[in-house]
Amino acid sequence: MKFAKIAVAATALALTSWSAQAIDISGAGATFPYPIYAKWADAYKKETGNGLNYQSIGSGGGIKQIKAKTVTFGASDAPLTGKDLDESGLVQFPLVMGSVTPVVNLEGIKPGELTLDGPTLAKIYLGQIKSWDDAAIAKLNPNVKLPKQAIVPVRRSDGSGTTYNFAYYLAEVSPDWKTKVGVSTALQWPVGIGAKGNEGVAGNVAQTKGSIGYVEYAYAKVNKMTFTKMINKAGKAVVPGSDTVQAAAASADWNSKPGFGVILANQPGDQSWPMAAATWILMYKKPEKLADSAEALKFFAWAYAKGDAMADSLDYVPMPDNVVKDIMKMWSAEIKDASGKPLYSPTN
Amino acid sequence: MNSGERDVSEAVLKDSTLTASDSASRSSVLRRLRVTDKVFHGLTRTAALLVLALLSGVILSLVYGAAPALGTFGFGFLFDESWNPVTERFGALAPIYGTLITSAIAMLIAVPVGLMIAFFLTELCPPVLRRPIGIAIELLAGIPSIIYGIWGLFVFAPFMQQYVQPLFIDSFANVPVLSILFAGPPYGIGMFTAGLILAIMVLPFVTSISRDVFDAVPPVLKEAAYGVGCTTWEVFRYVVLPFTRVGVIGGFMLGLGRALGETMAVTFVIGNAHHVSASLFAPGTTISASIANEFTEAVGDLYTSSLIALGLILFFITFVVLAIARYMLMRLQMRAG
Repeated sequence: MKFAKIAVAATALALTSWSAQAIDISGAGATFPYPIYAKWADAYKKETGNGLNYQSIGSGGGIKQIKAKTVTFGASDAPLTGKDLDESGLVQFPLVMGSVTPVVNLEGIKPGELTLDGPTLAKIYLGQIKSWDDAAIAKLNPNVKLPKQAIVPVRRSDGSGTTYNFAYYLAEVSPDWKTKVGVSTALQWPVGIGAKGNEGVAGNVAQTKGSIGYVEYAYAKVNKMTFTKMINKAGKAVVPGSDTVQAAAASADWNSKPGFGVILANQPGDQSWPMAAATWILMYKKPEKLADSAEALKFFAWAYAKGDAMADSLDYVPMPDNVVKDIMKMWSAEIKDASGKPLYSPTN
Repeated sequence: MNSGERDVSEAVLKDSTLTASDSASRSSVLRRLRVTDKVFHGLTRTAALLVLALLSGVILSLVYGAAPALGTFGFGFLFDESWNPVTERFGALAPIYGTLITSAIAMLIAVPVGLMIAFFLTELCPPVLRRPIGIAIELLAGIPSIIYGIWGLFVFAPFMQQYVQPLFIDSFANVPVLSILFAGPPYGIGMFTAGLILAIMVLPFVTSISRDVFDAVPPVLKEAAYGVGCTTWEVFRYVVLPFTRVGVIGGFMLGLGRALGETMAVTFVIGNAHHVSASLFAPGTTISASIANEFTEAVGDLYTSSLIALGLILFFITFVVLAIARYMLMRLQMRAG
């Protein structure tokens, strides 16, 4: 009896002390931005004492979780459509950018030596170009000695925002791709081998001679993989990296789609990387847990203001300032409590 | 230990003599004993029923989850090769095909090799080698499947791509049937590589069970056979194998069960492509690999439901394999007497 009383008291004490603790923001979704979210969260916790609990369960999972209201925010590499946002009462905004980069495993070819363009890349993944010495590749690379070797296209076997961005670009530049394969986080691939996750694709490309794959730029850089140059919309060959992604972001019209849902594929501009990609945050317009959501917005504002250098160190690309201004305007206008008072005001 | 036991029995004795003098307390003790027994009986029954409840729960939730997909695609689901998340048209043919082909390759290799190892260990092996080889086989069974997967991807697949597959493709280029089974290009990973990895994983099961049952063959039978002039092969074929058939089939089925359901190692090396290809070198997929790859990121109810339907099919295949095994064992036992 006495023991039971002590146990009850202890539990009560634990509960009260737990609720008195600093707020923990919870989020779930895309795996691609996980490293930078973790780094930001760590720095933010040191500065404010408030932690962020982010589970990188994948974009699809993130969308499911926010719709089930189990998290404060969801994160997705593929934007929701305006219709979907309205129906579920969500707002969406991009937090950080990266890029999708083709990587190859060809003997004697160094990073950045091979150049490809969109239509050729689409033909390789459609199975129409089968060998590295194909005329289409040779034409783009007059100074590279291409082997007579079968091309092994490697792609994601799991649903992925990376795949979505890659397929979106191929559909932009190849009508064949648009009708035969289409755009989604998972596809019916005509050829090639599938691997799970960016690390799986990176591993398979590294192990398979004559292979080509697509990964987030950070993976290509960290694993010292042989990335290729791409011919962009302006017809110029560009290398992947933060400059070319920033160029693509600067030339994009962010307000043309609801929820800033612009895919940065095939953007105009001489310097634009053709497969730049943003990653989005999803939140409710009228959240149930006001304190958590207000704190999450504070965290995002902090990340926009102070997170650029950290993003850079991990090869992510910060959002342009004018876009951030628009996003914050949207917060004040759209995210409100029950009485209609905005959760975020620039002063706090 | 001994003194402890005596203490208990004395206590019981004292207890029973005490209750014998007092019939009221005696009946209460008996009642208590009966209640204890009933509770114990109930607990064991609950534990046993729990297994049944779990099994039916699994089946029910699989059927419930698979209902939307099976309702949309009907029986055609089993025979449709397409797996298109964009148009939401799904079929299970490629995963079923991959599962059966890789398991078949694995069993074709693992069973003869496993039986030979087991016979060597029990009959021919010098005693010095017997323990090291036996332990090595058992260690093989203890390696986690993810290790096989990583080894398969980083070591075995590049080796296959550079040496084994080009050799097969070139040598069989003009041989009918074989030229189709071993057609290029050499990807390194694919159904054949997955089957080989599975064979290595299944080998310890087949070997250790066969060794145990071979050990159980009465020496007098073998000695008699050798005595009338049988060769080692004849002893193996006509004495040891017939005597141990049931156990060997048991090991075979255990191995097949593992091959059918193995996920991680296969995912690494099969190529995860929803295609039905005649060439064993082509990438394919299995049921469990598809589920492991795609479940977390399956967007849309029909996609998720189709993956659950795949799970239901695997459940069914495993069930059929077990049922066939039972039936074969039963027939063997009936024939044996």
